[in-house]
Amino acid sequence: MVKEALFGKTLSELQELVLEMGLPKFTAKQLTDWLYKKEVSSIEEMTNLSKKARELLAEKYVFGLVDPTKVQESTDGTKKYLFPTSNAKFIETAMIPDRDRKTVCVSSQVGCKMGCLFCMTGKQGFQGQLTAGEIVNQIRNIPEWQEVTNIVYMGMGEPFDNLDEVLKSTEIMTADWGFAMSPRRITVSSIGIVPGLVRFLNESEAHLAISLHTPFHEERQQLMPVEIAYPLEDVLQEIRDWDFGRQRRVSFEYIVFHELNDTPAHVKEMARLLDGIKCRINLIRFHPIPNTPLKGTDETTLVQFKEGLEAKGITTTIRASRGQDIYAACGLLSTKTMVKKD
Amino acid sequence: MPKAEEYQKKAIELYQETVTGNEEISPGVYLISYKRKHDFIPGQVVKIGIDNTQAPRIYSICSGNHEEEIRVLFNVKEDGYLTPKLASLIPGDQLLVSKPYGSFLGTEASAWWIATGTGIAPFYCMFRSGQFENKTLVHGVRHLNQFYFEDELDWSLGKNYVRCCSQEQSCDVFPGRVTDYLKTVDHLPPKQRYYLCGKALMVVEVRDLLIERGIPYENIIAEIYF
Repeated sequence: MVKEALFGKTLSELQELVLEMGLPKFTAKQLTDWLYKKEVSSIEEMTNLSKKARELLAEKYVFGLVDPTKVQESTDGTKKYLFPTSNAKFIETAMIPDRDRKTVCVSSQVGCKMGCLFCMTGKQGFQGQLTAGEIVNQIRNIPEWQEVTNIVYMGMGEPFDNLDEVLKSTEIMTADWGFAMSPRRITVSSIGIVPGLVRFLNESEAHLAISLHTPFHEERQQLMPVEIAYPLEDVLQEIRDWDFGRQRRVSFEYIVFHELNDTPAHVKEMARLLDGIKCRINLIRFHPIPNTPLKGTDETTLVQFKEGLEAKGITTTIRASRGQDIYAACGLLSTKTMVKKD
Repeated sequence: MPKAEEYQKKAIELYQETVTGNEEISPGVYLISYKRKHDFIPGQVVKIGIDNTQAPRIYSICSGNHEEEIRVLFNVKEDGYLTPKLASLIPGDQLLVSKPYGSFLGTEASAWWIATGTGIAPFYCMFRSGQFENKTLVHGVRHLNQFYFEDELDWSLGKNYVRCCSQEQSCDVFPGRVTDYLKTVDHLPPKQRYYLCGKALMVVEVRDLLIERGIPYENIIAEIYF
């Protein structure tokens, strides 16, 4: 019998679990301390639980941390971790150090269903959902986990296509009984699946990032097939209607492609579309992938594009490319051919 | 919360329709129908739901735009919320639907239609709407009983209807996947449009293959089921 993991369960799930096992309700809180706050990795080490409780738990459950099987380090200090998943596949996680910050870029799915033309993960197709435990494990089980300052859901997969588990994972990261991180240090990035977006805005306080990439419907449809089902206009309408507080932030990701979406017409249309939305645009350099007709724009055009947007009053930044030499940069994560061999 | 209330209002944009038919046309694959009240362009989709507790799902219309009914083809996902319930509906039951919308649109121009599984739906809609002249339809499935509507398509499209089956063999059926078939095609006209509909992996593989074969990516239009 495969034993279930305790790691990845919320306090309420653990309360239900301990009551079912005939253990006192406060055991759940003790469990969250061991799972999310202390440096242990087995039920046996949960020493403030009675021996009987530990034995009962160990009959059905395991602690549930999964070690990375491979680590690659970039010349810029970025690290890429490879984790096996429960469905015998693999996912990748990037840890990006930057001065006093350490940002972890987590995956939410094995592969992705969205098929964006510019994304290596998309070329992998969809190979499975991650559990909340498998998402949180990507932070808890890297050597830097106590130093992590920021978490971004920008690794493999579309978070809003696995929203139940993503919301559970952010609950674990932000709850007092969990990692107790501020939700303002977490950013969930999506291509804009509208029902998921609405639920996320209602049920989470984390920052939101939307992959925009072009303001024009026809063009976006060719880059991102999701545009057919959930047009950008609908996504922006939802965001426009939402009252972002002073602390919560929405940003838009924009990969700048040579002679495709880097023209003054794009600047003008972006300004029109984003009018009334307090936001920031992150311009991203394109990292070439096989079999794509797309090319990244040159540095001069990139800077001009940024200045054009800023002249329209939109706060714009150019994201530094990190970890490109180990294929850890934006849009390069892929584990297509990897299958776990036991 | 004001936003939640608004979302509920949006959910009401779905309207009730009465099921007029629900047929299992292949194991686990159903064709459900209701009366058509709105015009649509072949290739468009509708949202379908059972109740207001769960977000509706999007399905391509699988019937002609002059027909009296709108039909939708769906695969039952055993662990899903919606499709097992949809499969159990009988004529007279109610379901929630939206007006047709979407921009995966068929035209009269020459084109290739490439689909896997129930991804055939928008192309069958275009076909039933009379847009089948100068079209090549490539349909990939795992099993021979998944070539939905094959008699009708074969009759009308003839040699322009290519069936690919990856796990079973039969005469007149290409043994292999859609991508395997496309690799055997000597000439893929670069000026035609290529419509792709199906799961992500097929779409990205076919798209890569087409780009590699010199098809401009602006001539590739993809709809992914997710």
